[in-house]
Amino acid sequence: MVAIVDYGVGNLFSLKSSLEAIGVDAVVTGDAKEIENAERIILPGVGAFSDAAKKLNETGLGTVIISEAKKGKPVMGICLGMQLLLEKSFEYGEHIGLGLIPGEIRYIGDVIPKDLKIPHIGWNSLKFVGEKSRIFKYLNEGDYVYFVHSYHAQNCPNVTAVSEYGGKLVAAVGKNNVYGCQFHPEKSGEVGLKILKAFCETEE
Amino acid sequence: MITKRIIPCLDVKDGRVVKGVNFEGLSDVSSPVQLAKMYSDLGADELVFYDITASVEGRKLFTDILTEVAKTIFIPLTVGGGINTVADFDRVLKCGADKVSVNSGAIKNPDLIYEAAKLYGNQCVVISADVKRVDGVFRVFAKGGRENTGMEAIEWIKRCVDNGAGEVVLNSIDTDGVKQGFDLPMLEAVLNAVNVPVIASGGAGSISDFVKLFKTLPSVDAGLAASIFHFGEIKIADLKKTLKENNIPVRI
Repeated sequence: MVAIVDYGVGNLFSLKSSLEAIGVDAVVTGDAKEIENAERIILPGVGAFSDAAKKLNETGLGTVIISEAKKGKPVMGICLGMQLLLEKSFEYGEHIGLGLIPGEIRYIGDVIPKDLKIPHIGWNSLKFVGEKSRIFKYLNEGDYVYFVHSYHAQNCPNVTAVSEYGGKLVAAVGKNNVYGCQFHPEKSGEVGLKILKAFCETEE
Repeated sequence: MITKRIIPCLDVKDGRVVKGVNFEGLSDVSSPVQLAKMYSDLGADELVFYDITASVEGRKLFTDILTEVAKTIFIPLTVGGGINTVADFDRVLKCGADKVSVNSGAIKNPDLIYEAAKLYGNQCVVISADVKRVDGVFRVFAKGGRENTGMEAIEWIKRCVDNGAGEVVLNSIDTDGVKQGFDLPMLEAVLNAVNVPVIASGGAGSISDFVKLFKTLPSVDAGLAASIFHFGEIKIADLKKTLKENNIPVRI
């Protein structure tokens, strides 16, 4: 059973459906017990970092995710959920994240030419960094995934994939049992389903 | 490298996909769920669903269909038609839409875009504009292209983006259904005015129209069409292959 953490941020319908499509039981839940009992945790999210971080804090779910991750349970963050795994974000101020992966979230405008459109929206190809992440085991270099974002990870030693958009944007991060995708696997067609399948096969 | 997106558009009425020529004379094409699945398998990068139903029952049928599509297809889905309030955003987002396109609703209530962008983020809000030349001026039309609002189109689109629209669908009424190519001058005027993704709509009749679109206007992000895809006049796989041969980046 995979727990999709529901903390009032974003639409979780597609994520749940995509897991069902690969034959994985998933529950959308904001209940700490249910998250603790699940074999895996997915932290989704869209919107502003500060609002989401505040909600994770107020609901106590942030603490639950940190302690489960530290026990070795596989955790995957998607889009804003990935950004929340890092130490802090500079989106409209400075905000503290869960700190499961070192690094910070910065505006993509800092690393790309001025004339490029922000947000970075659309299908872009993945270039793996370092040892191939376990969640990419069914993928080939250059496979396309779907992005919608204006911020990305920086000063992170655990980058596992980048995408080219006038400069290098961080597409994925991973450290031990904690994984993050800046793009949306649940919106990336067959490639995205392969990533979710691989995540659901990772061991503690 | 970011790729150019190919987007089939499905106009849905009473649970069926229809497509009008110049917005009139609708003809039934096929089942929305089957078509959506086929397009996704063939390599469509995104799908747009327009609800052109007027009745309450039709609206319910539309959200049921949307739910079924979102359960089986895992590419971005944009939904438009009958979006007049934030509650309408909520209704379609809960059924699995990723982006919501507003048209007449934003004309009636200019605060709608701002309110929705604040709640769901700019990336979720798409301004769809039906534009037609009237005495040499680009004018915004409402109600499916039937009513001239009198507003100058480029100013209107710019205002919508300033209010939080994260993407623009520009539908040229002048070229829609004519199948002689996209409205490049109109698109260029919009591209010069905004710095968010712009989707070209209206006028595609052949693969070469798409090549010309992306070659002439490299900052256009996507091409949208309906009947030429529904009737199999253009196969998405062939289209993408030709675009690639012309050095236009596409996802294959």
